Amino acid sequence: MVFVNQHLKNMRNIILLVVITIFCNSILGQDIPSIQIKDLTGKPANIQELVQNDGKPVILTFWATWCKPCIKELEAFNENFFDWQDETGVKIIAVSIDEARSISRVAPFVNGKSWEFDVYTDENSELKRAMNVNDPPFLFILNGEGKVVYQHSSYMEGDENHTYEILKKIVAGLPIE
Amino acid sequence: MKHFLFTSIAIFLFSIYYAQDQNWGQFTGNFQGDFQYYVQDSLIDAPSVPERFLMNSFANFNYSAGKFSAGFRYEGYLNTMLGFPNAGNINDGVGIPYRWAGFAADNFEITVGSFYEQFGNGLTLRTYEQKLLGIDNALDGIRIKFNPTSGIYLKGLVGKQRYYWEKGAGIVRGIDGEFHLNDIINKWKDNSLRLILGGSFVSKYQKDDNPIYVLPENIGAGAGRIAINYKGFNINSEYSYKINDPSADNNYIYKSGQALLINATYSQKGFGVLLGTKWVDNMSFRSERDAGLTDLSINQLPEITRNHVYSLTAYYPYATQPTGEWGMQAEVFYNFKRKTPIGGKYGTNVSVNYSRVQGITKTPINDTTPIGLAGTSGYTNTFFSIGDSLYFQDINLEINKRWGKNLKMLLMYQNLKYNYDILRGTNEKLIVNAHVAVIDLTYKFKSTIALRGEFQALFTDEDKGDWALATLEFNIPKWFINISDNWNYGNSNPDKRVHYFNTGVGYTSGASRIQLSYGRQREGITCVGGVCRAVPASNGVFLTISSTF
Repeated sequence: MVFVNQHLKNMRNIILLVVITIFCNSILGQDIPSIQIKDLTGKPANIQELVQNDGKPVILTFWATWCKPCIKELEAFNENFFDWQDETGVKIIAVSIDEARSISRVAPFVNGKSWEFDVYTDENSELKRAMNVNDPPFLFILNGEGKVVYQHSSYMEGDENHTYEILKKIVAGLPIE
Repeated sequence: MKHFLFTSIAIFLFSIYYAQDQNWGQFTGNFQGDFQYYVQDSLIDAPSVPERFLMNSFANFNYSAGKFSAGFRYEGYLNTMLGFPNAGNINDGVGIPYRWAGFAADNFEITVGSFYEQFGNGLTLRTYEQKLLGIDNALDGIRIKFNPTSGIYLKGLVGKQRYYWEKGAGIVRGIDGEFHLNDIINKWKDNSLRLILGGSFVSKYQKDDNPIYVLPENIGAGAGRIAINYKGFNINSEYSYKINDPSADNNYIYKSGQALLINATYSQKGFGVLLGTKWVDNMSFRSERDAGLTDLSINQLPEITRNHVYSLTAYYPYATQPTGEWGMQAEVFYNFKRKTPIGGKYGTNVSVNYSRVQGITKTPINDTTPIGLAGTSGYTNTFFSIGDSLYFQDINLEINKRWGKNLKMLLMYQNLKYNYDILRGTNEKLIVNAHVAVIDLTYKFKSTIALRGEFQALFTDEDKGDWALATLEFNIPKWFINISDNWNYGNSNPDKRVHYFNTGVGYTSGASRIQLSYGRQREGITCVGGVCRAVPASNGVFLTISSTF
């Protein structure tokens, strides 16, 4: 009986710790894991270093050349990129999860679209998995300290307006709901 | 199963204990549940489902604190949804088949438990998960990554592969090295010519308990790769070789395997071109000789054809033939600038893609032995020999254009030739020749309110004849509704000219999504990342919920 009670007590402590952990996360915002992805020349880069942007916000979004809504999202970002950059200093990192079949398409595809932001590849979905992304498109917005303050799954027409609102809030130091 | 649960709890306890010195660390995860209620529908040959209701679900829990991280995945299939690999109900059940812990320092990383890994392009080793296909060939064992100096990346691993809720019989061992010469050789640091060399060796061990043949127990495969980058040019090539590996895939022949992959691209702002070729001979590599379907693959041989997304352009999808194939692909991307005659006010984006796959030549070893006879060396051939038999050909053109502020358009045309016998394992001497057209229009009423119309048509005299598909999708912030009809109006049997009517509604809030749909789903093949699965026809209510936290 004593053992059982002790056991229950331990379980209670564990649950408490997990709850506190989640609570702390929700206040502080999530950190980016230390994972290597590659640029379009095959050069490795650590995502933790890539999201450094001198205290300004960063958009980290997962896409693929075979994902239509992803391409729509990135077209919308590209149309607004220079305006957003002037106003908020945002850096956009688009991580392609194309696999060996289509990874060679990424560079000519991106240039063929004349996209202006940075594109990287995550060939075996290591970063995608570490960031718990289900399906692309999946978007993270990071504040000036490199913490995730917003995540969004899927893309529908006009979602970029909401993205822009969040970027402005970050720059103005306002809380993100 | 209990064992997994205890390991997971132990990992978690340890992480939380460790976390106390590390600001509590960080706890993240995701969840997805797919649920379907099936209605019997004899018109489309939708099979009757005794349970009526089936579910596929998973949840990942990841924990990280400083240099330490750990996680596990709960999966539940009660029972497995139709169309996912589940022969003999092997996939049904709930449990924790995936759990791991890792430690990463500045220049090395150790993972114990389940992990995914890819060497080079995956010709010798690639373990991955693809929930849409029901594939998970994760290794369970130990992996070490070591980065001794700038530009040198080494990996080593030992493990057994996941086989549904169990492990495959074979043990997989592998090493890989990648050398970025511009980071290693100081003089080359700022050179615009960038060179990467890499090599890998993978070996599997499986005891020989075959009563008829004496089989090799240790089988090795090696690969070398090179990547060259000069300004806008990129060349990426890999060659791999495997010693003789008699298996169910190659009908137990004692013949070595080879694969070659070359992709070259050039691009600059507004223009891109891709040229690729591939040659494969007897390169199926599994950690169990008798495994089939998508089970226990150690390597992956990527397709060299375009991965289509529109339903009718993907109706006849290609899948690599590991026993032997040659393929090539060429693609051009071009952006006509805005304010030019073709570009118009907003610019016009065009791409043209061509791919072709044929068999390879195989010569009998002598006059009396047929090609591929079990227990022999199978056949002989020369490297990069191209056979006469056409497996697949795809020519497609895509145009993206914007008309005014509120209207966007995508046009697509595809012509394909599809060797039905080779790709579906039939014997009907059938090559499907099909033309497909797609128009996808999006009209914005307001910046966040839009209507999308998608119209597709497939024309062919073979197989099931002509198809038409129309979809309307309306979205307001966070919500969408859609309605779709896919009609097999050209079926030679008038009774089979069926409408596949489907309607759905979806809601997204931040990282959570819920989608409900009702209607018929056409029988077909779903392919992701070069692997396909056959999906049977079904009728019913489908619900999917996903969230990331």
